[in-house]
Amino acid sequence: MKRKRAWLVIFTMLTLAVLAFGVADGSWMRHVPAKDHDRKNPYAGQADAVAAGRLIYEDHCSKCHGENAEGTKKRPSLKSARVQQEATEGDLHWLLVNGNMARGMPSWSKLGDPQIWQTIRYVKSLGQ
Amino acid sequence: MRRYLWFLLVTVAASACCCAQERPYFVTYSHEMEEPGNLEIEMYNAAGKPPAGNRFIGTTTEFEYGAKAWWTTEFYLDGQVTWHDSTIFTGYRWENRFRPLLREHRINPVIYIEFENTSADKALREVVGHDGRPDFLDTNAEARVDKEREIELKLILGSNFRGWNLSENFIAEKNLGGGAWEFGYAVAASRPLSLAASAHKCTFCPEKFQAGVEMYGGLGDWNSFGTRLTSQYLGPTINWSAPNGMTLSFSPQFGLNDYSLPHTYRVGISYEIEQVVNRFRRGE
Repeated sequence: MKRKRAWLVIFTMLTLAVLAFGVADGSWMRHVPAKDHDRKNPYAGQADAVAAGRLIYEDHCSKCHGENAEGTKKRPSLKSARVQQEATEGDLHWLLVNGNMARGMPSWSKLGDPQIWQTIRYVKSLGQ
Repeated sequence: MRRYLWFLLVTVAASACCCAQERPYFVTYSHEMEEPGNLEIEMYNAAGKPPAGNRFIGTTTEFEYGAKAWWTTEFYLDGQVTWHDSTIFTGYRWENRFRPLLREHRINPVIYIEFENTSADKALREVVGHDGRPDFLDTNAEARVDKEREIELKLILGSNFRGWNLSENFIAEKNLGGGAWEFGYAVAASRPLSLAASAHKCTFCPEKFQAGVEMYGGLGDWNSFGTRLTSQYLGPTINWSAPNGMTLSFSPQFGLNDYSLPHTYRVGISYEIEQVVNRFRRGE
């Protein structure tokens, strides 16, 4: 009976672990609604927006994602192919507004849309 | 006077060791949580003078830690100085805020739970029940006899829309030593003076300032719900995000009825230490 219970606990934990990895594999992009995915950055092509975004990045993001966005031990690099090529600017906007709280990424809606778009301009400029 | 100077010195010393883009609210909580891993040290002062009473400054020193992106925990130490009376430590509080919905919605709820052990408190961090002008007329020695071990629950609702933040708090408080549930509310709205950031480093750019308005008050208790014999306050509020993580806030607040203090002045200073735990880890 005890052994049966132990197996049940192990099975439950393994299932939860698999589910957690499923959520943790960067699959936040799958949750982005199509209208958000297709949103265009109103600051596209503006050099000032990159400079402003850099300052916002330094204030709010660099401690976790690294001074040059290379990532830290626990937080991902923003120079990865996922961020630079797979994710649209609309996807990143959705992520910054909603966060990925289960994985430690807070919501940055308090910055307001203009500063969020400026930050995205800077982040995307890192891959150019 | 010497006592006041000592109090100010302690206030400034504590603040100097101490913040970021915070809402300019003194009583109202927004739905925005502390970033995970960050520690914010805050000091808020409320100065006022009840008619026929002594001038006072109530102060709160807060240590706010982002345990998770959805969970913020905070510890407070309270004190106050009353002219022609004494300077005293008035107690402590421990609060936890939980955000049940992990995405941003039009209205974002946060559950707030606090335990407090205070007496003779004049920090005015919340107004509930029939709190009002008479509470400020007792001497500190008299007021300290009345120990308040209380549990406080809040439903915080917050929205961010086109740069505006709108926050509403519904408060229920119960003295564990007896007495009825007391109720209160706080509402506030604010907006940065500019939504877009400047392309160059600056200290006094409009986006570094946030301005708004805050209103709060008591709603009576379980046996006498309503606004009769309650105090109500309203005032403009502003803050400035100074360089290096410091935020300074100021608000003059005005009593809306005879049961309230005619006016109080609030000053806040906060400092944010980013990723505080990592600073103690090797190699980071």
